[in-house]
Amino acid sequence: MTVGEEATDLSRVEIRTGRLRRMWEGTSIIFASRTATIGLIIVLFWLTVAAFAPLLTPYTSLEQDWKAPNQGPSSAHFLGTDELGRDLWSRLIYGARIVLLVLPISEKLWIPGGTALWGVFAALIVGMTLGLVSGYYGGWIDEIVMRLLDAMMAVPIILLYLIIMTALGASALNVVIAITIVGTPGIARLVRSLTLDIRTREYIRASETRGESAWYIMFVEILPNARGPIIVDAMLRVGYAIFAMGTLGFLGLGLPPPSPDWGSMVAKGQEFILAGSPWAALWPSVAIASLVVGLNLLADGLREESMRYQ
Amino acid sequence: MNKSNHTNPASVLEVDHLTIAYETRKGDVEAVRNVSFQVREGETVGLVGESGCGKSTIAFGIVNFLGPNGKVVDGSVCFQGKELIGRSEAELKRLRGDRIAMVYQDPMQALNPSVRLGEQLAEVLTCHQQISEDEAWDRFIQMLKRVNMPDPENVMIRYPHQISGGQQQRVVIAMAMLNNPALLIMDEPTTALDVTVEAAVLDLIEELKKDFRAANIFITHNLGVVARVSDHLCVMYAGQMVEKGPVEQVFRRPCHPYTMGLLASIPRLGDTKADCVLHPIRGRVPPPAERPRDECIFAPRCNYVTEKCREAWPKFEKITQEHVARCIYAQEIDSRPRTVRRRPGGAKDEGLVQPETRGDSLLSFEELKIYYPQESNSVVSLFGLGEKKIVKAVDDVSVRLSKGRTLGIVGESGCGKSTLAKGLIGLEPITDGSAEFLGIDITQSVSERDTALIREMQMVFQNPDSTLNPTYSIGMQIARPIRKFKTVPKNQVKNEVIRLLKAVRLDDFYYDRLPRQLSGGEKQRVGIARALASRPDLIICDEPVSALDVSVQAAVINLLLEIQEIYGSSMIFIAHDLSVVRFFSDDIAVMYLGQIVEIGPAEAIYSPPYHPYTEALLSAVPIPDPEAEQRQIRLSGNVPSALNPPSGCRFHTRCPRRNELLPNGGKICETEVPPWRSTGTGHRILCHIPLEELSRLDSVVHLSG
Repeated sequence: MTVGEEATDLSRVEIRTGRLRRMWEGTSIIFASRTATIGLIIVLFWLTVAAFAPLLTPYTSLEQDWKAPNQGPSSAHFLGTDELGRDLWSRLIYGARIVLLVLPISEKLWIPGGTALWGVFAALIVGMTLGLVSGYYGGWIDEIVMRLLDAMMAVPIILLYLIIMTALGASALNVVIAITIVGTPGIARLVRSLTLDIRTREYIRASETRGESAWYIMFVEILPNARGPIIVDAMLRVGYAIFAMGTLGFLGLGLPPPSPDWGSMVAKGQEFILAGSPWAALWPSVAIASLVVGLNLLADGLREESMRYQ
Repeated sequence: MNKSNHTNPASVLEVDHLTIAYETRKGDVEAVRNVSFQVREGETVGLVGESGCGKSTIAFGIVNFLGPNGKVVDGSVCFQGKELIGRSEAELKRLRGDRIAMVYQDPMQALNPSVRLGEQLAEVLTCHQQISEDEAWDRFIQMLKRVNMPDPENVMIRYPHQISGGQQQRVVIAMAMLNNPALLIMDEPTTALDVTVEAAVLDLIEELKKDFRAANIFITHNLGVVARVSDHLCVMYAGQMVEKGPVEQVFRRPCHPYTMGLLASIPRLGDTKADCVLHPIRGRVPPPAERPRDECIFAPRCNYVTEKCREAWPKFEKITQEHVARCIYAQEIDSRPRTVRRRPGGAKDEGLVQPETRGDSLLSFEELKIYYPQESNSVVSLFGLGEKKIVKAVDDVSVRLSKGRTLGIVGESGCGKSTLAKGLIGLEPITDGSAEFLGIDITQSVSERDTALIREMQMVFQNPDSTLNPTYSIGMQIARPIRKFKTVPKNQVKNEVIRLLKAVRLDDFYYDRLPRQLSGGEKQRVGIARALASRPDLIICDEPVSALDVSVQAAVINLLLEIQEIYGSSMIFIAHDLSVVRFFSDDIAVMYLGQIVEIGPAEAIYSPPYHPYTEALLSAVPIPDPEAEQRQIRLSGNVPSALNPPSGCRFHTRCPRRNELLPNGGKICETEVPPWRSTGTGHRILCHIPLEELSRLDSVVHLSG
């Protein structure tokens, strides 16, 4: 009759350290997979150089050295300089800041959280809400929301970006809005499918019999249980967003110059590739590629590892 | 129960000291340890035990289906004198399907959903024998007839989803028997089926055994089923065989404390809460990585444990020539003759047995109907043009439940019992009829109900794995209804949670645990605590113990009984296990196809007069006693669709009684809705057959002792 008996004093100790261990388990899942570990190292590298950018270079991103334009790596300029003699390493790591750490809303106002991150975050909020509402209510609400999102998904992504950016004008905030609009349908679809599954569980029945409100059920009962796939998806989406930022910058629709935007750096630098100085185009391309690959590896590794634990 | 005479049947399979391990990250884990048994021609060996005891692993070990990380560490498997262990994949492949056949639990997974049944059957023959297609076709039809499949020619050209679950399992069995195998391994073949279908499949297995003389291994967790089909019984616990012997001997004199515990934890048909007590086994099966090697594996849960049990791994003790048990005290242990100990007579009984006292009405509903439209994917219905199909899940159901009593609802799957519960609690809209709870109308949905009303009616769910939200700690989940209904002041919520945990026999350190750290039984307790948190007048239990192992099931049933005694709550107890419902309930309603066909006090339901459907159900219940006698009544056909229920009496398409007991072959049943026939003690039967006729029928079940 007494079921508690098998839980000895030992388990009391376990409980006390339980929270810490749970957090550790969360991170240890990353290190269990080699793919995820490599991804994490790449992402951490970019986060670190972005965070400590002023300490890692003697130059600012805008300082011009007229005497040394379009140079290769040297002792003075670690990765070389661009056509205006700006230090490429400085521009690269200050550029990383904009992607990952700060969002320049205007000249004066910079808020923490990178442009790509804000974009994905906003897309998550909108997409999750739409997905939850669609999946939980079902019926004609689901039908309307999903058909609208389908219509959006029917437009090629690049085209959608171009339409939005030309309509809104080039600015960091508008990049965030574009990323949000483009990212929303995918996230909504994912969350909807997860919701469809989770809403059939009996704990949802239990909260319904308690008379909980629909919002409580959606955001408190359903959403936390969908977090695993959402986190993995969000990581991939940060990668796509960085890629999109690069593309927009390259097409001159990203952050306005002279901000150190990776995409516009590639666009400017490509003119000089055949002139014998590929550096200005090479480094930002490598930066974009490595960060996107890093995030993908991290997401893939996490997904594989969490599947295995199930 | 035909017991094979042990004169000289040839041994088909000999399993000797078989040890199977799985490779995991933490090293090899032994799932089966040193198991030996043999199966003779025309004999059924039952492997029985709770989940996680290694039953299926043995079956997979025999045919080497252990998967990439499983391996046979030690021992031998000898099939018709040939060693199977260490054989090449190609040789094994020839044996499997030809000389050895398997039947699994879920027939839907054994059949390919996109291939016609005839073609699937053809594969079996053409794969192993040279045979012309016409000849093969004839043989299939014969085989389908042999497994009592109605209309076999038609079945051959159908797809698996077009036939019912019971028929699917028949096809799987037919497939297994096609090559006339020497060994048939059945892994929980009837677990997914309804009782009446299960009984028919078990009959079939019994018949085939006589005809084909195959050696059978029958794996199940259900003691009633194993008692019906087995000749020999092997009781498995935590990867070890703890007791082995002829089935009557093991049931009559169980000698291992685990076997005794299993038998004492299940109610037999006819046992009631008033006169019996269930004895659960405490603790749980140790996971494979934590099994001690040098002591009795059952010692931590055993009531007879002494220091001596922990000194060495016990050997088999002989009780009779064939009956052995792995317990050092096997010979002296006093084995109980009865599965369930009688409650000692005393004052307590008086409080429990009050069939005649009818308290205030708590819940009553009349002519309740729950219909819902069938969603169709056809283009026509998309435009709203097609004929609207209505599923009549609950049709014209009337019940009255008094305070403090328990109403059991039984019926096979699809009879509408869960829909009825959902309708009462407000999750399924009620189409028509009246329903009153505490004098308040409850025909509206839960979102329109008053909080004060909601808190008085709570629910306990079936599946322990999905009843709790995996994200939140146990404490938070129990605290939520307390906060929501403001049962206690805010600063006392935690104390209240701990009090509730105590009430369901869980210690306070469960407060911070997450659901995944709990076993199935513990989760179910938390589910009960959560339902109790609002201190409801009525608890609806929807199959609360069906997903639990028997030993745990007993503990949960005891807990529910205790709670009812302390809090005086009324309960609606929905289950498909007739023994459990009989044990638990004061009143019972038998449902068939959305209607109640018989309702009344529990003892009246289980003795004549019966509704013909109740009679068939009772005759199908597996009883964990090989000596119990049941009259064999098998229903023909399938449960008709609720989309288009039969006219007149809904049971007339399958009724075995109307032909013999009604004039004109029971023509009236096909056209007219039957009247309620009342015996006067609150027992009513919905049937055209007069009560006098029904009363004249014999009792279906005769228990020994």
